[in-house]
Amino acid sequence: MITGTEKPIEEILAMVEPYQRLILAGCHGCVTVCRVGGAKEVQVLASTLRLAREAAGRPLEIHEVSLERQCDPEYVEKLRGLVGGYQAVLSIACGAGIQFLAEKFPATPLLPGINTGFLGVTVRQGEWSERCQGCGDCILHLTGGICPVTRCAKSLFHGPCGGSVRGSCEVDKEIPCGWQLIIDRLEALGQMENYGRLKPCKGWSSARDGGPRRIIREDML
Amino acid sequence: MVVGCLQGDCHYISGNIRARARVERVLAILGKIGIGGERLRMFNLSAGEGGKFAAFAREFVDSIREQGPSPVNLVRAGSGQPAEAEGGR
Amino acid sequence: MKSASNLEKVLAAGHFAVTAECGPPRGADPEIVRRKAALVKGNVDACNVTDNQTSVVRMSSLAGCMLLREEGLEPLLQMVVRDRNRIALQSDLLGASALGVRNLLCLSGDHQKFGDDPQAKNVFDIDSMQLLDLARTMRDEGVFPSGRKLEGAPQFFIGAAVNPFADPFAIRVPRLKLKIAAGADFVQTQCIYNMEKFKKYMELAWQEGLPEQVHILAGVTPLKSVGMAKFMRRMVAGMDIPEAVVERIGAEPKEKQAAKGIEMCIELIEELKEIKGIAGVHVMAIEWEEKLAEIVGGAGLLPRPVVE
Repeated sequence: MITGTEKPIEEILAMVEPYQRLILAGCHGCVTVCRVGGAKEVQVLASTLRLAREAAGRPLEIHEVSLERQCDPEYVEKLRGLVGGYQAVLSIACGAGIQFLAEKFPATPLLPGINTGFLGVTVRQGEWSERCQGCGDCILHLTGGICPVTRCAKSLFHGPCGGSVRGSCEVDKEIPCGWQLIIDRLEALGQMENYGRLKPCKGWSSARDGGPRRIIREDML
Repeated sequence: MVVGCLQGDCHYISGNIRARARVERVLAILGKIGIGGERLRMFNLSAGEGGKFAAFAREFVDSIREQGPSPVNLVRAGSGQPAEAEGGR
Repeated sequence: MKSASNLEKVLAAGHFAVTAECGPPRGADPEIVRRKAALVKGNVDACNVTDNQTSVVRMSSLAGCMLLREEGLEPLLQMVVRDRNRIALQSDLLGASALGVRNLLCLSGDHQKFGDDPQAKNVFDIDSMQLLDLARTMRDEGVFPSGRKLEGAPQFFIGAAVNPFADPFAIRVPRLKLKIAAGADFVQTQCIYNMEKFKKYMELAWQEGLPEQVHILAGVTPLKSVGMAKFMRRMVAGMDIPEAVVERIGAEPKEKQAAKGIEMCIELIEELKEIKGIAGVHVMAIEWEEKLAEIVGGAGLLPRPVVE
């Protein structure tokens, strides 16, 4: 899923300062799962903003709404009849969702209520961890199902570097060395021959470096 | 005022510990937006501790009275100075 | 000859080689480099110039190399892949060769977290293994990695760093093998203090016949004090300093520890000379270049051979 983190309330208050009427839009997709942008978080954030603004003597009217997904046109359309009546939309979806709203409602200012994080997994309740950078050219079959681009702090293709100590990355003892994980797994799978092969320089054009990416499926158009 | 079971004595095993973490989160939010985190407290009690419950309730009511009306109520009554949240203006 | 560098010639002639390193200054003052050069000159076959080591910004490695050359020392250019993409790396390789730098060491580079600019964006477009391959391709095939012909191929004696003590030990020798396959003509090792483990590493390397395919320069760093030993052991990733070593220098009174450190370093070099497959030593006297002559001379490695 796409993860995110709350923005500091001070930052959001500063962002909404010029407005008296706004829509607070949540998303039932990824950000609900990582507990930062779902229906419940809409309620908590709306209450917080109302209280703060009322206490400051400048009440704020907030229309609370949560869309199934902010990244799909059919769900975004639900807001169409609503946005005209408000000065801005504060969205707590991921950056893709927020931008999609901005695209669909060009006359309405869009405010980001969260910081979008990474493509990750739920390690346990309350802990999420990055697994994929969406580089567009997967080699997990060669690396024991563990991604060197994401799990190594240097994205090395022939790790580990000298900073791997007792299974931890030099950057932070709490981060497992991605290459230690890869090697352990290759050994367990009997695939160490994959380690000894020189991998060609990665083509980053399929990653963000090639410019904003798009996917076109002719069979679905 | 939020009341939970005694630590280690929760029917839902760790429900009261989680509740405390969440109360603390709300408390931090109230503090940051100028309402005041002291307006929320969590106590741990067993079902048999009626006397203690009453004492906690009195103590909390006293503390609220001492703090006076919340900034929101002051503004509503038109008698107070608006509170400045940390991120305001 | 791949590069006709002095280091390559010394090794090819079968001499036990000596290299050292100079960290460029944290500023633009060339005199600092010249002063270090004066201390190093005559004691080594080539001198590494570090490339923003520990991610702390310093004078560029190439500029340091040129200053050494002006002083009559043979430079060895260290190049990390942390700060430059493949376009900049290729360009700098061509520039370095054009300016007469003939030795190259391909490294990953410490993570930017450890320097003054932890918020910097790291590059790591390619890794050190791929940089070896890239440099070798340019030198031997006279082409860019894209396949286009070079207007003059760069000439380098190409090296890599290896750490026989890093985790996991199981891939230490496969990793050396991979570096050789990628293009390493020589390797310089991390500082050796744990001789027992290093000998084990060399044995495993011999099982694959690797010392016959690459020149292995064993890394040594003289300890200045017991404090330095403890600090390095605690703070430097992949640094293996056995307790016995710490105890030995710690047994000396404070004012005699530096001399003891040098004595121990000389002993270590003597022992390394006896290990089959060790082609030389890389003496990293960190900010202690003035002791280089004493160490290299003490180990019976002076004067340095002149090979034509």
